[in-house]
Amino acid sequence: MSAVAPSSDTIIACQGLSKHFGGVRAFTDVAFQARRGEVTAVIGDNGAGKSTLIRCLVGVHVPDAGSIVFDGREHPFSNPDGARKAGIETVHQNLALIDELTVAQNLFLNREIVRRIGLFAFLDRRAMKREARSMLSRLSINVPSINQRVRRLSGGQRQAISICRAVGSGAKLVVMDEPTAALGVQETANVEALIRRLREQSVSVILVSHNFDQVRRLSDQIWVMRAGKMAATVRSAETSGNELVALVTGAA
Amino acid sequence: MTKSTENAPAAHSAGAMEESRPSLSALLLDPSFWADWASVVGLVGLVIIFGIAQPVFLSVANLQALLLASAILVVLSIGQTFVVATSGIDLSMAAAVMLGAIILGLVNAAGYGIFLACVLALLATSAIGFLNGFIITVGKIPDFVVTLGTLSAITGLGLILSGGEPTMVGSTFLLKLASGSFGPFGYPVWVAIAAVMIAHVVLYHTRFGVHLLATGGQAESAGALGIRTGRVKIAAYTLSGLCAGIAAILLVARIGSAEPLINTSLLLNSVAAVVLGGVSLFGGRASILGPAIGALMLTALVNGLTLLSVSAFYQPLAVGAIVVLAALIMRYQK
Repeated sequence: MSAVAPSSDTIIACQGLSKHFGGVRAFTDVAFQARRGEVTAVIGDNGAGKSTLIRCLVGVHVPDAGSIVFDGREHPFSNPDGARKAGIETVHQNLALIDELTVAQNLFLNREIVRRIGLFAFLDRRAMKREARSMLSRLSINVPSINQRVRRLSGGQRQAISICRAVGSGAKLVVMDEPTAALGVQETANVEALIRRLREQSVSVILVSHNFDQVRRLSDQIWVMRAGKMAATVRSAETSGNELVALVTGAA
Repeated sequence: MTKSTENAPAAHSAGAMEESRPSLSALLLDPSFWADWASVVGLVGLVIIFGIAQPVFLSVANLQALLLASAILVVLSIGQTFVVATSGIDLSMAAAVMLGAIILGLVNAAGYGIFLACVLALLATSAIGFLNGFIITVGKIPDFVVTLGTLSAITGLGLILSGGEPTMVGSTFLLKLASGSFGPFGYPVWVAIAAVMIAHVVLYHTRFGVHLLATGGQAESAGALGIRTGRVKIAAYTLSGLCAGIAAILLVARIGSAEPLINTSLLLNSVAAVVLGGVSLFGGRASILGPAIGALMLTALVNGLTLLSVSAFYQPLAVGAIVVLAALIMRYQK
């Protein structure tokens, strides 16, 4: 499979990537890359290996073979925390929000702004609220109040908060795994609008999805996985729904 | 606040308002406010009822005695709060108080001085807390089982160390601590006030406090964001142990000797105060003032019943009824 040659506008690229779980082959010899400032989609049938590929990119799994280059450097991390520090933020499928904490607290969880007074560090709640408000308004996310507990928010709002947290941390790459899988029609539209705004603001995004129409609407480049291999890659603007179905099922 | 002002682009107008606290009327209409402040409402209710039934209840001397009697429970309920906030429970607290008291008594009796005795008692109870947290997180055993085990083990250790005999602690320092006062309150009350203030700042104004609530709320999500939930839990249990040590010192000061006896009502009342204080037993939601006032309320209940010459046998019954009632009210208000 011929991939586009990596260049300086590539945020992440991998070559010859393989991952096996015991005797079960997740994927073999996969090449993949995503461009800076674009939304890159990964599609494929259940079991095609896309989730495992994504988990390798964000440090949850360590690939058995192959190389990953992130932001011009060899992939230096073997756990999610390392990936996060390097600038890869994941929007987890379960969103990783704390229900009993407020919106502002969730946005700054484990990244709290503190003021040091002598030996002690105290939370700067005022600064965090101010920042939280500007993070939300930058992405035009509507929540009743940043002091609201996340428990009271709708599924779409929670997804938006989770995405906002990932983007707002200054991440170089945001990885979203099926961000609209559990949402209703209206909420899906809201989250899609949010992803479109990320694209307008040139945030690099990798989007995993089952929904071919959504992928064509939102992404710049689409990578298709089939049975543990990277089957094809196409520009979203130059493909059709039928072509994607054919690529995913192997009819092409 | 209406939906339109909640629009983030329009946040300029709403900004100033959100910065301040929600208005009083909005607060009073919010059911979770009542759940959070059940202990305050209960305390005010008890004060009114006892004040009418027995005016002596409201005398300065009685109120001072009441505060003095509640100091130990307030300190214990603070420790219990940190543990319950992580969705755990520390059943070994009263046993830790007993062991702390015995170590204090033995070290003092051995002639090492009262200060070293107090420090060693605090270290011992903190170590017990650390051990609880360590076994729970590393061994992945439920909190209930581990602290039930240490409850029994520590009790045994206390009996072995003391030989089952009480140790007299005749120390002027402890005597002063127990009977002296500064301003309107006795020293134990000031110790409790200081503990409440420090714990409040730790819970609401430090990263540890937020991580504690996150760990209790959704440990998995907290872990996904890089919070070391195991360490947070161990720290919570260690703080619980430290509070047990402070309580042990206050207890020895109060009764003048270290007894190898577990005061189970201290343990049960510490959990009850936490529940009355609106702290969720499922973790993730906590305050310090709530449990402290809950402890005050339980002490007021016993004090008031005593003043009304109700037999002491009725006190556990009343405490139990009030705790279950408070839990029920909170359930319906959510």
